[in-house]
Amino acid sequence: MIIGKSVTRVDALDKVTGRSKYTDDLCEKNALVAKIYHSTKANGVVTSIDTSEAEKIPGVVKIVTCFDVPKIYFPTAGHPWSTDPSHQDVADRLLLTDRVRFCGDDVAAVIAENEIAAKQAIAALKVEYEEYPFVLDVQEAMADGAPCLHEKYPGNVLGHSSIRKGNLEEAIKEPGLIKVDQWYDTPVVQHCHIENHICFASMENGKISVVSSTQIPHIVRRVVGQALGIPWGSVRIIKPYIGGGFGNKQDALYEPLCAYLSKVVGGRLVKLDVTREETFVSNRTRHAIRSHIISWVRPDGTFAARKLECFSNQGAYASHGHGIAAKGMNAFPQLYPCENIECDAYTVFTNMPVAGAMRGYGIPQAMFPVESQTDDIALAIGMDPVEFRRKNLMPVGYVDGFSKNENYYDTFNQCLEKGKAYIDFDRKRKEYENQTGPVRKGVGCSVFWYNTAVWPISLESASCRMVLNQDGSVQVQLAETEIGQGADTAFAQMTAATLGIPFEMVHVISCQDTDITPFGTGSYASRQTYVGGFAIKQTALLLKERILKYAYELTRMPSFNLDIKDGKIVRTTDGRELMTLGELSTEALYSLSHSEHLTSESTYQIKSNAYSFGCCFAEVEVDIPMCKVKLVNIINVHDCGQLINPALAEAQVHGGMSMGIGYALSEQLLIDAKTGKTLNDNLLDYKLSTTMDHPHLEAQFVENYEPTSAFGTKSLGEPPACPVAPAIRNAILNATGVSMYQIPMTSQALFKRFKEEELF
Amino acid sequence: MYDMKALYEANTVEEAVKLRMEHPEAQIIAGGSDVLIQMREGKRAGKELISIYMIDEMRGVKLDEEEAIRIGSLTSFSHITKDPIIQEYINVLGEAVDMVGGPQIRNIATIGGNTCNGVTSADSASTLFAWDAVIELTGPEGIRRIPISDFYIKAGTVDIKEGELQTAVIIPKNSYEGYKGHYIKYANRNAMDIATTGCSVNVKLSEDKKTIEDIRIAFGVAGPIPMRTKSAELLAKGQPVSKELAEAFGKEILEDINPRDSWRASKDFRKHIAVEMATRCFIESVKLSGGEI
Amino acid sequence: MPAQYKLVKCTINGKYTETMVDVRASLTDLLRDDYRLTSVKKGCEVGECGACNVIIDHECFNSCIYLAVWADGKSITTLESLMGPNGELSDIQQAFIDEAAVQCGFCTPGFIMSAVEILESGKEYTRDELRKLMSGHLCRCTGYENILNAVEKTMLRRLGKLPS
Repeated sequence: MIIGKSVTRVDALDKVTGRSKYTDDLCEKNALVAKIYHSTKANGVVTSIDTSEAEKIPGVVKIVTCFDVPKIYFPTAGHPWSTDPSHQDVADRLLLTDRVRFCGDDVAAVIAENEIAAKQAIAALKVEYEEYPFVLDVQEAMADGAPCLHEKYPGNVLGHSSIRKGNLEEAIKEPGLIKVDQWYDTPVVQHCHIENHICFASMENGKISVVSSTQIPHIVRRVVGQALGIPWGSVRIIKPYIGGGFGNKQDALYEPLCAYLSKVVGGRLVKLDVTREETFVSNRTRHAIRSHIISWVRPDGTFAARKLECFSNQGAYASHGHGIAAKGMNAFPQLYPCENIECDAYTVFTNMPVAGAMRGYGIPQAMFPVESQTDDIALAIGMDPVEFRRKNLMPVGYVDGFSKNENYYDTFNQCLEKGKAYIDFDRKRKEYENQTGPVRKGVGCSVFWYNTAVWPISLESASCRMVLNQDGSVQVQLAETEIGQGADTAFAQMTAATLGIPFEMVHVISCQDTDITPFGTGSYASRQTYVGGFAIKQTALLLKERILKYAYELTRMPSFNLDIKDGKIVRTTDGRELMTLGELSTEALYSLSHSEHLTSESTYQIKSNAYSFGCCFAEVEVDIPMCKVKLVNIINVHDCGQLINPALAEAQVHGGMSMGIGYALSEQLLIDAKTGKTLNDNLLDYKLSTTMDHPHLEAQFVENYEPTSAFGTKSLGEPPACPVAPAIRNAILNATGVSMYQIPMTSQALFKRFKEEELF
Repeated sequence: MYDMKALYEANTVEEAVKLRMEHPEAQIIAGGSDVLIQMREGKRAGKELISIYMIDEMRGVKLDEEEAIRIGSLTSFSHITKDPIIQEYINVLGEAVDMVGGPQIRNIATIGGNTCNGVTSADSASTLFAWDAVIELTGPEGIRRIPISDFYIKAGTVDIKEGELQTAVIIPKNSYEGYKGHYIKYANRNAMDIATTGCSVNVKLSEDKKTIEDIRIAFGVAGPIPMRTKSAELLAKGQPVSKELAEAFGKEILEDINPRDSWRASKDFRKHIAVEMATRCFIESVKLSGGEI
Repeated sequence: MPAQYKLVKCTINGKYTETMVDVRASLTDLLRDDYRLTSVKKGCEVGECGACNVIIDHECFNSCIYLAVWADGKSITTLESLMGPNGELSDIQQAFIDEAAVQCGFCTPGFIMSAVEILESGKEYTRDELRKLMSGHLCRCTGYENILNAVEKTMLRRLGKLPS
């Protein structure tokens, strides 16, 4: 059985030999080079741009400023389009803007014959601004009199949603309740895919073609069409291999501008290669969310009532907007159901770099406060933190009224058992009681749940095309992109399993080209295997039906007595192999009596979603005088349903854990409060974990087959990043007795808290 | 592509001095791991460069006639760490420069470049201060040698005169003989990072290993340039080895250091860890010297 | 200001070459643009990510911060050189495949070249030493776990301590 087997990635050979071509590897050497002038002011209006000096620089071809571009506002979020105007993404971007809203906003662009001329011209532009006061803090931006970023949003609130259940006011009157009331902060972080966003554009056959490092080619086609005010069919997007995305490339980034720049130079080839500094500042970031949670708990460890307020810092433009904070908030009452709940989530514009989608989409931001408080409560009432979780977690049989997701199995307990056993939790909790020395150890845990795909908030559908070759091998195309996660390999396994052909006979076409690839929305929301699986199964069954129908013509055996096994047409009544698929296919293509190209193509719309679950256990060693945390042991346990490829699933978990470790301990994009400028826009000052900052990363699974899923799968791409930070935080609490209320828990942050708690 | 106006290449020290005289405005580039980055950033964009990277006579470590350790300014960090002379006499320097960046950086970055930058965070500098290193400069007038403490003038500025280049870093015999030392780099990551604070200590114990005969301590990022904390040295010199002495020594450094508040770390945090680092470096150096604590 | 060029004579992947080089070019520019050795990747251009790592005379360097003119007289090796004449993969390439050490693949060439330098030393390193020796590379996909497994296992195989 090919499902559940750790076959080699279909792209591994090309990637270890350096043959796999990424965007820059495909660009012609003679391309013109575009560079962007970014705003140096956090808020204001560009009053003039003097291009005269820049134009004198040899090699400069054209300078385009915010005063030249069409005034068409467009959305950038990589969401499926909605035909209902009230559900459409906010259209607040221009190709270049004179109304600047953050340091890093796009004001002008230079097209030159080479990179140096382009850079020199950018430096030679003389831009004058009328400066406005700016605001960086999310709650200050909501206050009366705060600078307003977008006229349509007085008060800067882009979105507000709430949940009300039961009667909180009454419930908290119950005598004997213990109240735990705390604020928690999560930082702005960045995706840090090693390949920066890059694209190049040119015109051919009256169309604009853009080759881009993107997760979402079909969505980008629509956005380029919208931004340039041209028919969407006249835009072609090609997506080759990409060097990671993690959600940043789930936005239209610079494809619209690059397409426009090509257009203004008559369709000549223009390359826009984004620097690391621009990636940090002028692409997308993860929303920083501040959460306030108040819990009223009974001494027996049950919740009487809970209240959550969260404030999500959107930065200067809407991008994915309120979806992130709303998703985080919605996770809260489902994780620990409680009779009396009040939740409010606000997404607020500030003059910060723009926040968008990033691995976990609001759940890492929600799990840090929620799971930190879980341990704070357990400590307050003197309960073991795992037992407290078991008592309150989403029970088996729980169904969410909105998504209709159901918790089918006793997953949480199964995951917690595995995690506890690996880390030796109970023994260590005991052993680490009453430590006094300068270096202390601790263990902690955290749980999470995650959705799979975006239904019912948004459209979920995938299309697939399969083509049978002469030799019986099959080409498969989907718009769900390979972004490093291994989707192409999983798709090949699913195809082989459904068609009954060897894995080696499946050729997944990795490159998406919107002129050729069937329509689909791309890679995000941990949707690929789940949503793509439906389309693959349906399309493969359709192809199989056609193959067996043709087999009937050749064998005079009724189709319902035939099957395909290991690439051969087999009579099911006696198991006899009648012919190979290659023989059938060759005959079908070249037959003089009935020639037919056996193909299939179909779209599957999914109207379901699935709960994915898991937990993290961490062990730390804290050197108190040095304010240093050493992570010594960590495990993630996931129930993502049936594993298609265990080795790739494990690898996916490692990457998410690594991202979670950085989120917990070191990563943070710092913005200067005085100027609004980003202080650490490079990989030296932004502290992404290195090989020396990790212990062994242990990934384990609980495989509970997901009944709503074509192959029993559910989300795994994003979940591994969700529970890590609070598990480490709770381990630090266990070691030192100090609760941390913000991440990253850097040495500087620990110093502050240790001092407050008089540890030295 | 780097935005440079012109590149002049020297293959010998003599050629380099000549080019320095001919192009006084040009910037010297050794391994380039700082200069090229600044050029790309725009800070040094459009400038002329004098490349000395190909001057092989400026590479390598040897003991000179007076048994001083002579490190050619173009010796890369990885070569310093692997060098048998360094390992035998001043292993702590090899350990300190082995904490710079990552392996590829340590293959390109040179000790000369690291010190000529004049930055306080240089991992080599605090150890060189703590070992009373001497800087050798070669210019049109010949060779000039100055103590490293005089070489650093202010943040980003070192004493290199017109036509000169730094050709060697020298540790005199009386600076290293009988001493053992330890370096702690405090950073946010365990690799690819710059020091929040760096502390280098070395001691010479009495024959019975019970008394501190001599002790030297230097810090990076405790002030605008690397610095010695002489008050602590005075406090410990001649004193019997003890844990209490280590702690008193650690606290005494506050008399001299003057770190600043920045977005990388606050002043009070830097002071806190500096004390702890000094104490731990003291203890480790005593242990390396055969003392008990 | 007229462009300044220099004739650079060096060996690239075992082949002697002579190239007129713009003195402003980095070695990354030379390898990618003049020789289309596109395994040499650009991730930061300031020596922080390791994606452009190549071997120069048996030592690893980030080619983005190495002037192309410095390559004169040197021998440079990129990932493209590792495959044998009949398409045989080197052991370290095979190990990256077998250990699922590849995801998006963008950092892979740089990591493999550092592994080549480590393996050529013929020494046995501990896991922690390997972590330090590989620490000049950033990867966002793998958490480094399987990359370290691939290097460690290849090292042990070469030392005869693990069956091939």
